[in-house]
Amino acid sequence: MYTLRLIVRNAFRHGLRTALTTLGIVIAVLAFGLLQTVIGAWFAGVDASSATRLITRNAISLIFPLPLSYEERIRAVPGVVATAKANWFGGVYIDKRNFFPQFAVDADAYFKLYPEFVVDAEQFRAFQHDGKGCVVGRKLAQTYGWKLGDAVPLRGTIFPGSWEFVVRAIYRGADDKTDESQFFFHWDYLNERLKKSGPRRANQVGFFLVGIADGNTAAQTSQQIDTLFRNSLAETLTETEKAFLLGFVSMTEAIVVAIRLVSFVIIIIIMAVMANTMAMSARERRAEYATLKAIGFAPPFLAGLLFGESLFIALCGGVLGIAATFPVVHGFGRLMVKLFPVFQLSMATVAMQFAAAALVGLFAVLVPGWNAMRTRIADGLRAVA
Amino acid sequence: MAIPLSYTVRSLSARKVTTLLTAAGLALVVYVFATVLMLDEGLRKTLVDTGSWDNVLVIRRGSETEVQSAVEREQANIVESQPEVASSAGGPRLLSKEPVVLISLNKRGSTKPSNVVIRGITPASLELRPQVKIAQGRAFRPGSSEIVAGHSIARRFEGAGIGERLRFGLRDWTVVGLFDAGGSGFDSEIWGDADQLMQAFRRNAYSSVVFRLTDPESFQTVKARLESDPRMTVEAKRESVYYSEQSEQLSAFIRYLGITLSVIFSSGAIIGAMITMYAAVATRTGEIGTLRALGFRRRSVLWAFLAEAMLLGVVGGAAGVALASLMHWVSFSTTNFQTFSELAFSFTLTPRIAAESMLFALVMGLLGGFLPAARAARLKIVDALRAR
Repeated sequence: MYTLRLIVRNAFRHGLRTALTTLGIVIAVLAFGLLQTVIGAWFAGVDASSATRLITRNAISLIFPLPLSYEERIRAVPGVVATAKANWFGGVYIDKRNFFPQFAVDADAYFKLYPEFVVDAEQFRAFQHDGKGCVVGRKLAQTYGWKLGDAVPLRGTIFPGSWEFVVRAIYRGADDKTDESQFFFHWDYLNERLKKSGPRRANQVGFFLVGIADGNTAAQTSQQIDTLFRNSLAETLTETEKAFLLGFVSMTEAIVVAIRLVSFVIIIIIMAVMANTMAMSARERRAEYATLKAIGFAPPFLAGLLFGESLFIALCGGVLGIAATFPVVHGFGRLMVKLFPVFQLSMATVAMQFAAAALVGLFAVLVPGWNAMRTRIADGLRAVA
Repeated sequence: MAIPLSYTVRSLSARKVTTLLTAAGLALVVYVFATVLMLDEGLRKTLVDTGSWDNVLVIRRGSETEVQSAVEREQANIVESQPEVASSAGGPRLLSKEPVVLISLNKRGSTKPSNVVIRGITPASLELRPQVKIAQGRAFRPGSSEIVAGHSIARRFEGAGIGERLRFGLRDWTVVGLFDAGGSGFDSEIWGDADQLMQAFRRNAYSSVVFRLTDPESFQTVKARLESDPRMTVEAKRESVYYSEQSEQLSAFIRYLGITLSVIFSSGAIIGAMITMYAAVATRTGEIGTLRALGFRRRSVLWAFLAEAMLLGVVGGAAGVALASLMHWVSFSTTNFQTFSELAFSFTLTPRIAAESMLFALVMGLLGGFLPAARAARLKIVDALRAR
C-alpha cells in the first residue's frame, strides 16, 4: 500500500512532464485504435459474408460476363437452392467522386438471398411494380438526401447513356455490420435497354449469386458448377462469397499492410517519448535511489518503483485514449461514410490498445530500471542530475 | 549578442540518451511523412511517364477507362482517316487500335488473385511508346499465341515469367519475352497480338485507338472534329492527360491518409521534444542565470533554446529522410481503384520531398521548443541563480 502511494506520488512529481507524457500516450493509443478500425473497415464486407452464398463469375476476370442461359444449369446442380443474377453497373452520380456500388439484380431472388437487407414489404412491392425503381441503403439515402419517390440520374460508364431511376425502397441492415450504402435496380431494366442499344451485350450476366443449402458443401458445389462449364467459351470460377470479397481486399493488400505497419510506428514513437521521460526521472533521482539502497532496499525494489510509475502513467494514458476513441471513431465514421460504409470499433481493437499502452509502459522502463538497479551507492550519492 | 551555437550543440551532446530518444521520435514521424510523399511522387511519375504529350487516346465517351471503353471498327477507321495522324518513316500511319481487357491472375506463391491489364498491340504500338524495350527473350510473333509481359508483372504473378504459360480464352499463351517500360505503367501490363486477343476474347470492338499527332498543337482541332462527328461516340484525350487522370483517386487517397497520419503522429513527437526541452530548461536554470548575469539578453536565451530544439528537429529530420531513402529499393504494387487493375510503382525521393521533410522536422522542433524556451527567457536572474 505504502509502495503504491510512493509510486503515484513519484509519478506526479513533475506534473507538467507527466501530463505531457500522458497526453502523448492518449494520442498514440487513439491513433492506433483509429488505424486498426480503418483496417477493420477494409474487411467489413468479408466479415459480414455468409457461408451459404457462392459467387459464380467468368474465370478470365470480372469484366467478362456469363451467358444468361447458365442460370438454369447452375440451379440444377445438387445442393443449390437459389440463384440470382447481378451486374455491376458502375454509373456516375453527378460527379465521379460520388462513388457507391450499384448493381442490377433480379430483385426477388437477390433479396431472398440477402436476408440482412431489411426492406419494408410495402416499399418492396412499390419497387417491384416500377420498372425504373431502385432500392437504396439507408446511409446512402442519408448521404445524398434521397427520399422515397426521388429521381436519381446515373451516367453509365460501362453501359453508356444516361439512366433514370426512382427511389422506391430504402433498406436497413439487420445488424450494424451490414453495408447500408448500396444501390440496386431491376436487372430487366438494364437488359431491355441493352437489347435495343447494343444487342450483343444483352442477355449477359455479370455474376451469379448462388445460395446453397449447407455451407459445408461449398467447395464441392463450387467444383461441380465449374466442371459444368469447363472448355466452354465462358468458363466459370465459383467461390464462396467470403473468398470472393477477400479477393478484393487482397488487391489492395499493400495498402492494408502499409496502414498496419504505420499503426505500429506510432506506438514506437511514443515508446521513445515515454522511455525518455522515465530516463530523465530516473537520472534526477539517482541520489534518492542510492539513499534507499543504503537504507537496505534491494535493487529489484527500485526497479519495481520505476516500473510501477511507468505502467501507471502508460495505463492512465491508455484508458483515457480508449475513452476518447469511441467518440472519435463515431465522428470519423460519419465523415468517411462514402469510403467506409461500415466503421465499427471492435472489442479486439480496444484490447489491443490496452495491450499497446501496457507494452509502452514496460519497454520504457527497461533501460532506466536496469541502470537504477546497477548504480553503486557511492556513485549515486555523488550524482548530480 | 547571441549565445554561440557551440553551446547549443554541446548541451545536446551532453545528454545523449535523451537527445537520441527525442530525435528518434521525430525521425520516425519524418520517415512516415517522407515515405508517403515519396509514394505519391512515385505514382505520379509512373503515370506521367506512361503517356506522351503528342499521343492522342480515343475511347468511348463517358467510359473513363480503356477497359470499360469500346470503339467499333468503323469508328476506329474514321479516326485513322484524320489528317492530323502522323506517319512513320516507312509510310504506315502511327496509329494503333488496341483491345484492352483485364485477366485475373494469382500472385506468386499464393492463391490471391489480382487483375492484370492485357493489351493487344500492333506494329505501330511500339513506335508510339518508345520507352518500351524488350529486355529479355524476344517479341511475340504476330499471329501466334505468344505474349510478352512487363517486368513488374513477370516478377509478381504466377505464369507470367519468361517461358511460362497462361491459359485464357481456351488457349495456352506462352510468355516469350519480358519488356521494360522504363518504370511506366506499361510495366504492369501484358502485351500480345491485337487480332489474336480479339479472337480469343470474342471481341469485335477495340478498347482504344492511340495515334501520334503530326503537330502536337493540332490536338484541339482533331479533338473537336472527332467529338462532334455524328457517326462517333468517342472522346479524345492527350495520352499523358489520360494517364494522370487514372491516378487521381489513388493519389488523393495516399496523400490524405499520409498527411492526416503525419499530423497526428507529429503531435506525439512534438510532445516528446517539449518534454525534453522543459527538462533541459529545468536542469540548466543555474546556467541560464549565469548567462543572463554575464550580460546575455532574454532574447539570446530564447534563441539559444529554440536553436537547441530546432537542432533536435534537424537531427531527427536527417535521420528520418535517410531512413526513408532506403525505401527507394522497395517497390509497391496495388490495385488502382479507378482502373481496377494492378499497378506497380516505386518510392521516389526528390530534392523537394527531402526539403519538405526537413522543414516539417524543423517546424516540429520549433513547436516543441517554443514554450520551454519562452519559460527560460522569462526567468529572473536572481531566481535562476538561486535555483539548484
